[in-house]
Amino acid sequence: MKQSEFLKTVMPFKDKVFRVAKRLLVSTEEAEDATQELFFKLWKNRSKLKDYKNIEAFAMTMTKNYCFDRLKSKQANNLKLIHSNYKEKNTSLDRRMELNDSVSIVHQLIENLPEQQKLIIQLRDIEQYEFVEIAEMLNLQPTAIRVTLSRARKTIREQLIKQHNYGIS
Amino acid sequence: MELANIERLLDKYLNAETTLTEENKLKNYFSGDNVAPHLEEYRVLFEYFSTSKNERFTKSIQLNSKKKHWKWLSVAASIILLVSVYTGYEKNQERKAEKIYKETQFALGILASNLNKGTAAVAHLKEFERTKNKIFKQPKENKK
Repeated sequence: MKQSEFLKTVMPFKDKVFRVAKRLLVSTEEAEDATQELFFKLWKNRSKLKDYKNIEAFAMTMTKNYCFDRLKSKQANNLKLIHSNYKEKNTSLDRRMELNDSVSIVHQLIENLPEQQKLIIQLRDIEQYEFVEIAEMLNLQPTAIRVTLSRARKTIREQLIKQHNYGIS
Repeated sequence: MELANIERLLDKYLNAETTLTEENKLKNYFSGDNVAPHLEEYRVLFEYFSTSKNERFTKSIQLNSKKKHWKWLSVAASIILLVSVYTGYEKNQERKAEKIYKETQFALGILASNLNKGTAAVAHLKEFERTKNKIFKQPKENKK
């Protein structure tokens, strides 16, 4: 596969890879590094790419695995510290509701979800993949994905209602 | 769209049973101005989903970054080498030509000075001739 051909197949989903990485890794910088690294890996394995029916799904699987690995290695270091920081931010967010910064509240709520729910919300509600595609990416049954997604959506909604009522009262 | 229909879709949405088209219908409804007050909390949610999709990866992707670096470096180095060898060669040629030119000039100079000596000698010869003519003038007139 030549470079131009490779770029043509790979460029259309570079933003998606970046957004998914950012959803999981949180920091923009880390997501950029991850995207760079992932496309470098794809390029090195370009001879094998033809064997995949859906290169985009394959790339998403790689992204997921890469980010989970990164998170695991981070967990060994200082993830707990970061987590307590988030909780603190979250309480001040309640007050920020009055400033009509509600969109970032959604961001925060998704942030607090478990990794798998976060990822599925990203893949479905933002990237708008079909359930079959997500199932292929995550190597799960579509029903399992629906269950996780439903749980995530319900949690976000409950939290939003809570915050909404808090804002009113 | 009808409110009952939206509510039905939202129930399906929470159970993760909506299709992508139905989810887009919801997105459209909540991006509009006629959102029912009791569904207000969904507005920020769908708004967030739509705006999140606009985020772009703005950096350029570098493939085989390290290798490429070295390759380009060597290409640049060889070009510089080639150019410098060529200009060096040119300079050398120029210097050689200049040397040859100077040598020829010098040789021509010698030649010229010798020629001058020659003409000077010829001038002496003329002097000699004149004196000779003075001496041997009369026999010629006598003939006449």
